[in-house]
Amino acid sequence: MLSSRHLLGLYGVPKKDIELILDTAKTFREIIERPIKKVPTLQGKTVVNLFFESSTRTRISFELAEKRLSADVLNFSASTSSLTKGETLKDTVRNIEAMKIDMVVIRHSAAGSPHYLTQLIDANVINAGDGTHEHPTQALLDMYTIREKIGRIEGLNVCIVGDISHSRVAMSNIFGLLTMGANVAVCGPKTMIPKDIDKLGVMVFTKIDDAIKFADVLNILRIQLERGAASNFPSLREYHRLFGITKERLLKHKKDILIMHPGPINRGVELSSDVADGSNSVILEQVTNGVAVRMAVLYLIGTRTEEN
Amino acid sequence: MKVLLKNAFLIDPQVELNIKGDLLIEDGVISKIDTSIKENVDEIFDLKNLVVVPGFADAHVHLREPGREDEETVQSGIEAGMNGGFSALCCMPNTEPAIDCAEVVTFVKDRAANSLVDVYPIGAVTKKREGKELALLGEMYEAGVVGFSDDGDPISTSKIMKYALEYSSMFDLPIIEHCEDKSLTENGVMNESINSTKFGLPPHPSLAEVIIALRDIAILRYTGGKLHLAHISAKETVEVLRLAKKEGLNITGEVTPHHFSLTDDAVENYDTNTKVNPPLRTQQDVNALIEALKDGTIDIIASDHAPHSIEEKEWEYIYAPFGMIGLETSIGLTLTKLYHSKILSIEEIIYKMSINPRKIFKLKEAVIKPGAAANLTILDLEKEWIVDKFSFKSKSINTPFHGWKLKGKSAGVINNSKFFFENKLIDLI
Repeated sequence: MLSSRHLLGLYGVPKKDIELILDTAKTFREIIERPIKKVPTLQGKTVVNLFFESSTRTRISFELAEKRLSADVLNFSASTSSLTKGETLKDTVRNIEAMKIDMVVIRHSAAGSPHYLTQLIDANVINAGDGTHEHPTQALLDMYTIREKIGRIEGLNVCIVGDISHSRVAMSNIFGLLTMGANVAVCGPKTMIPKDIDKLGVMVFTKIDDAIKFADVLNILRIQLERGAASNFPSLREYHRLFGITKERLLKHKKDILIMHPGPINRGVELSSDVADGSNSVILEQVTNGVAVRMAVLYLIGTRTEEN
Repeated sequence: MKVLLKNAFLIDPQVELNIKGDLLIEDGVISKIDTSIKENVDEIFDLKNLVVVPGFADAHVHLREPGREDEETVQSGIEAGMNGGFSALCCMPNTEPAIDCAEVVTFVKDRAANSLVDVYPIGAVTKKREGKELALLGEMYEAGVVGFSDDGDPISTSKIMKYALEYSSMFDLPIIEHCEDKSLTENGVMNESINSTKFGLPPHPSLAEVIIALRDIAILRYTGGKLHLAHISAKETVEVLRLAKKEGLNITGEVTPHHFSLTDDAVENYDTNTKVNPPLRTQQDVNALIEALKDGTIDIIASDHAPHSIEEKEWEYIYAPFGMIGLETSIGLTLTKLYHSKILSIEEIIYKMSINPRKIFKLKEAVIKPGAAANLTILDLEKEWIVDKFSFKSKSINTPFHGWKLKGKSAGVINNSKFFFENKLIDLI
């Protein structure tokens, strides 16, 4: 059983919880390969997908996971934050909870919103990305994919490349991977590396060749243009020249590196098309695994209360 | 009316007073101090185990009136101040409209008339606090302001700061600076550190504070005048203040109890009551602030009492406004963190909370000697109490200290022939 009734982030989540989620996801991964992909596990449970920030991939992945577990699903989308609507997050979620729901999956532009939610409502809360803070299910599916492809996480060298300071994916990956015993590094322009990140126990590279030399896995992040990331470096062209992953660069090091990306890709910026679609890339498998991992999280959290 | 305060510890370093004894007040004026006074009086108050000190002054509060009377009024601020142990408050001009002309200064002073607590408005440096042109500093001086500040924002440009220091020097009043280079803090909500990385909150670096402090010190060196750095939070700022003082510049500095009592670890639960500007910093910064209090680099302790309604604070962390209330926790935190930890003596605390703020801002003197108006704070140094925000007299409850156990509290205040004691206001005339 998981130690917490919520999944707010991976910071402080014990190794055994992460292992339990990844092991459970393996079962669901098998189920979604079957002709009938649905199980009755969460029948009678109502899950609300509360998306205050636009997201297609994560929302679809969660919705699919919920439906495959036979939960009743409610989607709530607000084009921007609740603030601009004039209604507080507190009122929004209290209203929704008054409709007797069991779980809330929340995506919000403000860091800490899922934590705030747990103080307001009794339902289980799953963080689907809060500002530049955490995106735990993405990191879990990344770890699942690494484990599936390489067979282990412990002792592997994983480098996260790109816009670390605007990335919730980076933070969750760092926390999760360190807990699982990986050696973690980050690589990107100095303007995109958060202050004191080395104090978390990660290495910092500012030369992509050093990152490639180090890594068994490269987790390449999207440049978050919508979060003003472009002002952190002179041009996308220069970014690609200094930090873009190209086939030549990989060949130079003659290494078999797993290439990951949470999507959507800015092709020709973070990585060239031949790498994105190449044999080392597991980008689409990450998407498939995402559904299985989210099924595992929903299942473990949704059934936890009953077991109690 | 004759009132006798008996069996108190009477401490005032200004007149080298430190005795256990009695203090006689006649019609609001101290008439006698002795180890034992026997006299026919109207009322006797036994202050056994309590300490009587010169009236404390909080040089940095926000009273929100005019404009946001739902958060605080001059009257509720006075009551909070009295309950917290202060006989004087200096209120910042970021009201709506701003305190930027004589009429608003007079409005605030009228609201505070005939109160136990003296209220001293601080005038804005620029019209409407917009940072574009100097406000009517001379007119506000005549109306009774004790300093000038665009607090909430820094003084916008070097040019305005140069003019402000030059112009205010004609009245011998300080420019009070909120040190923040806004180009570095855009969207920032918490200290830039390992914690802002962990919590995913936009950073507000200490660099922003020291850059403006350095700019202002350079201007002060050039223009003369008086500069007071408000709510210093970063060790780098302490260092430049220390050097500027060594150089002999006319500069002073202030710290809040929350900046020496909390670190940015307190933001972990995303409690919006921990969102303050400048933000809570690291333990290294706290250590530097404490060192600066000890060696005199920091002259005063002020609360930066910043009331906000529940509705405004009940937002996601990045959307909530900056600020916490402080009038009713200031003395408790100072005594707990500085006196009982043997960092400052009670005399040093009297300097930081009474003598220095009164001197820097030229407030009414508070001194314990015969012939002086009774302007006193009474402290219970040993009282252990639990902070209960619902018992406060402020209209707002935005404090992260609710539930904290503190040692040391105000037990009463005397000023303007009024005595606040045991939750009652007594007339001394």
